[in-house]
Order: sequence, then C-alpha cells, then structure tokens
Amino acid sequence: MSYQGFGALFPKKEMLGFLVLAIILAVILPLTLDIFRLNLVGKYLTYAFVAVGLVLCWGYGGILSLGQGVFFGLGGYAMAMFLKLEASDPESTKIQSTPGIPDFMDWNQLTELPFFWEPFHSFGFTLAAIILLPCIFGYIIGVAMFKRRVGGVYFAIITQALAAILTILIIGQQGYTGGVNGMTDLRTLHGFDIRTDSAKYFFYFLCVALLFACLFAAQFIRKSKLGRLLVAMRDKEDRVRFSGYDVANFKIFVFCIGGVFAAIGGAMFTLQVGFMSPTLVGIVPSIEMVIFCAVGGRLSIIGAVYGALIVNAAKTSFSESFPELWLFAMGGLFIAVVMAFPNGLAGLYNTYAAPKVDALFAKVFSKKPAVAAAPPPPATPLVNKPVATKTETPVIPQGALHE
Amino acid sequence: MKMIKHNRLHLGRPAKAASTWKKCLLTLAASLAIGSAHAADVNTTGLAVTDTTVKVGILHSVTGTMAISETGSVQAEKLAIDQINAMGGVLGRKIEFIQEDGASDWPTFAEKSKKLLVNDKVAAVFGCWTSASRKAVLPIFEQYNGMLYYPTFYEGLEQSPNVIYTGQEATQQIIAGIDWVVKTKGAKSFYLLGSDYIWPRTSNKIARKHIEKLGLSVVGEEYYPLGHTQFNSVINKIKLKKPDVIYAIVVGGSNVAFYKQLKAAGIDMTKEKPLVLTISVTEDEILGIGGENMVGAYAAMKYFQSLPNDNNKKFVADFKAKYGKDIVIGDVTQAAYLGPWLWKAAVEKAGSFDIDKVRAASPGIELTTAPEGYVKVHPNHHLWSKTRIGHARTDGQYDVVFETKDLIEPDPFPKGYQ
Repeated sequence: MSYQGFGALFPKKEMLGFLVLAIILAVILPLTLDIFRLNLVGKYLTYAFVAVGLVLCWGYGGILSLGQGVFFGLGGYAMAMFLKLEASDPESTKIQSTPGIPDFMDWNQLTELPFFWEPFHSFGFTLAAIILLPCIFGYIIGVAMFKRRVGGVYFAIITQALAAILTILIIGQQGYTGGVNGMTDLRTLHGFDIRTDSAKYFFYFLCVALLFACLFAAQFIRKSKLGRLLVAMRDKEDRVRFSGYDVANFKIFVFCIGGVFAAIGGAMFTLQVGFMSPTLVGIVPSIEMVIFCAVGGRLSIIGAVYGALIVNAAKTSFSESFPELWLFAMGGLFIAVVMAFPNGLAGLYNTYAAPKVDALFAKVFSKKPAVAAAPPPPATPLVNKPVATKTETPVIPQGALHE
Repeated sequence: MKMIKHNRLHLGRPAKAASTWKKCLLTLAASLAIGSAHAADVNTTGLAVTDTTVKVGILHSVTGTMAISETGSVQAEKLAIDQINAMGGVLGRKIEFIQEDGASDWPTFAEKSKKLLVNDKVAAVFGCWTSASRKAVLPIFEQYNGMLYYPTFYEGLEQSPNVIYTGQEATQQIIAGIDWVVKTKGAKSFYLLGSDYIWPRTSNKIARKHIEKLGLSVVGEEYYPLGHTQFNSVINKIKLKKPDVIYAIVVGGSNVAFYKQLKAAGIDMTKEKPLVLTISVTEDEILGIGGENMVGAYAAMKYFQSLPNDNNKKFVADFKAKYGKDIVIGDVTQAAYLGPWLWKAAVEKAGSFDIDKVRAASPGIELTTAPEGYVKVHPNHHLWSKTRIGHARTDGQYDVVFETKDLIEPDPFPKGYQ
C-alpha cells in the first residue's frame, strides 16, 4: 500500500494508540506477569475479539447483537471438536465400550462417530470452518433479517433468542455435543501439548497477533468508504437508502465480520483454556460481551480491547478478594460506567486525557526544533504538530519523513 | 539457599562492619535453615505449608444458580476445618483456607482451581458440585498434581488419581434403592424420569439395566431440559401407564414444578400408587419444594439429617450452633463435611502434606466419627458407604425407613451396567 493509503488508514494519533496497546500486550504484560496471569490475560483477550467485532456492528453499524456468544461458540466448538478427536485415540479411550470416540459419546450410548464429526479430523477443515461457519450463519441470519428491514430492538431480541436456542440445542444433544459439561480434557494439537507453559506462551502471542490482525482489519473498514457508509446508515438509514445504496448488504457484511472476529476469539479461547462449554454461548455471556464493548467505548476499537481486559481483570480480582460480594462490585462498576461515562473509557480518554496528551506532545515538539532542528524545512514542524512524537516510537518519524 | 550464598560472600570481606553483617546474616540463615528443615520434612514439593499453618482451598459457587446448592457444602467444609483447628490442626499446623467463587460458571472453576494450585500452592482443595465443574477442573488437577475432595453424588465413570469422591457414585445409590422398592413394596413396573444431562441419563441407564436384570419392566423413560417447569404431559402419560414406581432424577428448580404439578394432578404420594422414589431430592431441595408437596415420597441416598446415631446428633447440633437453628443438612453437605476429615487422616497417616504421599495413604483411610456412620476410602478413591431409604415428612425431613446391612462397595465402572 502506498504511503498515502497508510497515512489515511493510521492517522498519527490513532497510530499512537495502536503502538501503546502493542507495547502493553506484547512487551509489558509478558515481562511482568507470571504464566498463570498471562494465560488469564490471554483468555480476556479472546473476549476482546468479540468486543472489536461489536464496535463495528454496534458502534459503527448501529446493529446491536445480543447473540455474539453464538459465533464465539461456533469457533470455540469447531476447535474443541478437532482437539477432542485428537484426544480420543483408541489407545487412551480403551476402557470405553466403543474405543476411539469421544468419552461423552460413549456415556450416551453412541457407538460410532456422527457423520458431521468426521471432517473435524482434518486441521485444515477445522480452520476453514472457524472462519466460514460464522460467515455462513451470519449471512443466513443477515439475509433473513436485514433484507426484511428488521432492525434495532427486534434484531437484538432475535439474536438473543438464537443464543438461547443454540444453548438448548447443545445441552439437549449431549451425545453429540458434550451437553452441559461441554468438551473437556483437550490435550494436544498435532501432538503439541497445549497444557504446557511453553504452549501457553505460544498461544498468548498468537492471540495477540491475531487480535492485531483483526484490529487492523477493523481499522481498514472504519477508514474506508464502507466505514463512513456504516456511520451514515446508523444515523439516517433512509437517507443512505435513498442515495441508492443497498443498506441490507452492508449490514450483512459487517455482521458477518463481527461474527468471524468472535469465532476466532472462540477458537483461541478453547486453545488457551482447554475446554469449551455451553455457558460461553448463551445469553448471559453474550450480554457480557456487549458490556465489555460499552465499558471500553463502543466507538473505539482500541477501547474495546481495554474494556475487555479491564472488566475481566476486575472480575477476577474482585472475586478473589470478596468471593461473596464481588457481583455487587461488578454491578456497581457497570452502573457507574453507563451513568457517568456513556462513551466508555475511550470517551473518558478523549474528553479529559487526550487534550492534555496533545498539549504535552505539542509542547515537547515545539521545544525540539528550537533545540536541535534548525536544518529541516520550516513547513515540517507545523505539519507534525499533532504527531505527538514519542521517543519510544520509531515508526512515527518514518511517517514524518514521508511527509 | 540464597541466604547462605550471600553469607559466604560477606564472610570474605575484611571490613569491621562485616562482623555485624555476618552475625545478622548467620542468625537469619540459621533460623531459616531450622525452619525450612522442619517444614521440608512434611512438605518436599513447595506447598503452602509453614511450621504453624497449612493452606487449603475451598472452591464452590457462592454466586449464580448453583449457589443455593453449594452453600451447604461451603458451610460444612468450614465447620470441619474449624473443628480440626480446635483439635490442634493437621500435623500440628492450623488449617487456613482460601475461598474462591466458581460463580456457577465452568470456565471460572477452571481459572480459580488453577489459581489455587499454581499461585496459592494449596495442599488440598475442597470443592465443586456439578459434574460439569468437576470435568472443567479435572485436567488442571491432573496437570498440576493437586488433590480435590468432591462431595456430590454423581454418575461415576471416572476415577482420577487427583480426586477423592466423598459422595456416592451412581450404582451405590441406585441398586440398593431399587432392590428395596422391589423387595418391600413389590414394585413391578417403573417410569424413569430425569433432567437432561449426564448424571440422570447415566443413572437411569444403570437403573434400567438393573430393573431388566430383575425381570421387571420400564414403561417409560423421559428427559427434560434443566430448568424445565411444564411436567403436565409426562404426568398424564404416567397416569395412563400406571407404573408402580416413578423413578425421578429431576434436579434444581425443576423439582419445585414437578412435585407441585404431581400433587395438583391428583397423585397423592402418601398412597404410594404410584410410589415416588428419587435420588436427587435432599432436605435442601425440600426447602424449595415445600414439605407438604413432598410428603410420602421416598429418597435413596447415604445420609439424612434425621439419622439417629450419636455422631450425627453431634454434627447436627454443631452445624446448627454455627449457622442457625433453622438450617437443614442434606446428603451432599454431609459428604462435604467428610472432605477435610479424610484429608487430615490421610496426611497424618502419610506423615506428609505431599500430594503423592497423601494419595498413596488415602486408600484404607477410615472415619468412625462420620455423621453417616463408618466410612472407608476404597483404592478407587470412592467411599464405602451404606445406602438408606428416607420417607418424606410434611416438615421437610425424612424418616429413615431402611438402611443396607453392609457398606456398599463403590464401583464407578460397573460391569454389565454400561
């Protein structure tokens, strides 16, 4: 991509946000936390995938989905099915009446592997399924809803119903899905033990890398014409429709994207936590995911990541210190966030911190040329003013060079 | 170790100041050496054991839908720990517990169990209630080599080296119950009913095999999702098929709806036509169902609050003294109470807190002071126990009408029942 495209995609202020997040996730946290805590952060980050998808769907597209757990579950279950099959080799399941099938099938008197499990022997198929299943599912729901112009609260209720239906289906068909227990005791991925500390480091960094891939994709969508259309649709749908756009197609697209992000998060959840269960699919987790997004700020993709991290970290630490009272503390936190800062942490940052940060950088910057930068052309400082050049960020001077 | 190294470094210094340093460090090193030597004898694997204390974990749901069931277990475990501490603790060490909330959420159980084992290095964990939560923590206990005392009666089909199952596995509860109803009530036909998940399904599978072995008939078998509240259609079917026994394994809130609707449909359980036999309703559940809706039903399990032995009288009195006189005690609560005592006995037999030694010492551990009477740990990590039949009264308690003569051997992988 040409420099112009890059500059438009990452205005310097937002670039700073990405860099700070990258430094926190890829450097500071791995260096300061032990593997147990880092693994927890990895788990929280899997919810961040969902929250980023929700920023696009809800914050930008105005489509509030209360059923993102469905997509999280599709991704998570697809990965779990692959891992479960690998863990159920005839040798380790020889005490069962039918060796070679997952243990829960044996308990439910199944004597052979159901046909839809067969393809999950293949890792390639599993990866494709993690991306394609939510796409197909999202597309079907999208066509059924948006083409009929179902939106707003009705759409939210229907997605919530879907989350409930899928949970009931999984619990009811326990011979095929593991039921309430979920799929547990997952061990290896292609012979690579997923329970060791080194595997946990690996999956953490993989998770961070994938999260950034999703963040960049989301950023690309935000900054493209599509992103502007989404905002326009959110604010005045009819006007966009009368301008000749097929509103439904854009909605379907962004809903599918949100679903794919959630599914990737679900697959990473299975890998890092080591099991998948219907409690992550239902209505409550789906609503929780919306809360992560709201706390972070529903208009900020970076904010969504912080939202997921902070809410979950708070959940863990509150529940460790006050096992019997922590839910009240969480409830209080949510009420406070919604009442006091409706735009979430990102809104808070933009209102209070951002001007100060800008002023600080402007000050730092205005000093700099006076001290050292006599030779550069006089236009540069002016253009660079909002750059907020931080000494630790090597990319930004590069950007400045291009200018 | 580190301390000693530093010490040597300082010894090499010729300066005057070094002498005070030396003294100081030497005493420190000495005290540390003595201290650690003592603790190291009984703890070679770095568990949270000091000269005076030992840390254990309690991991149950105190929030969420399971909280109502698991609270009793938490109370029982805390009571047992208090009593053990009052007697001088375990190997001279007071038990300190770290309580974590599983929040009725299986991933949370996994997270918290890992925290207890990895960060807190607890010597044992007393916890879990549902099979789903146990399945979620099991790989973690096996990976980090922890010891879990699990209190709930459950479906069997499991035997982990890292779990002691203090509740009954399915065959212990079921076979004795069915034998009793066949022998004393002359039952010939059964209607099996359950909530739709692994425990009721596996239990009914065992029940069906046993009933068919006895040459009797199962006239119906049905499952309903957890939380289901509409039982009218199945009650109509029951009225049509006229079984001698309704064998009910309905759990949680569904129980309230089931027994109320049964009564409303004109089935008077005190007339025993059909007779209702359950393995899922303890005194705790009757609190929600209401004694008047449950009166006349029979339950097969290993413990009832009304057991007349002296151990139990003392246990009930202690429990009420600590938690209030209106509290009720169900089967699982009593099984949870056994956990800390069984652990104490195993640690003292092993002379060590090491998980491997405690595991090796566990089979054969006996408790003569158990409220349910005498229990013993089987090599398969389950308990030998008696099974009793209770007859529900209007006040929410059971009258014990039968108990097996001998302890029943636990058999988590029953041959011929799979």
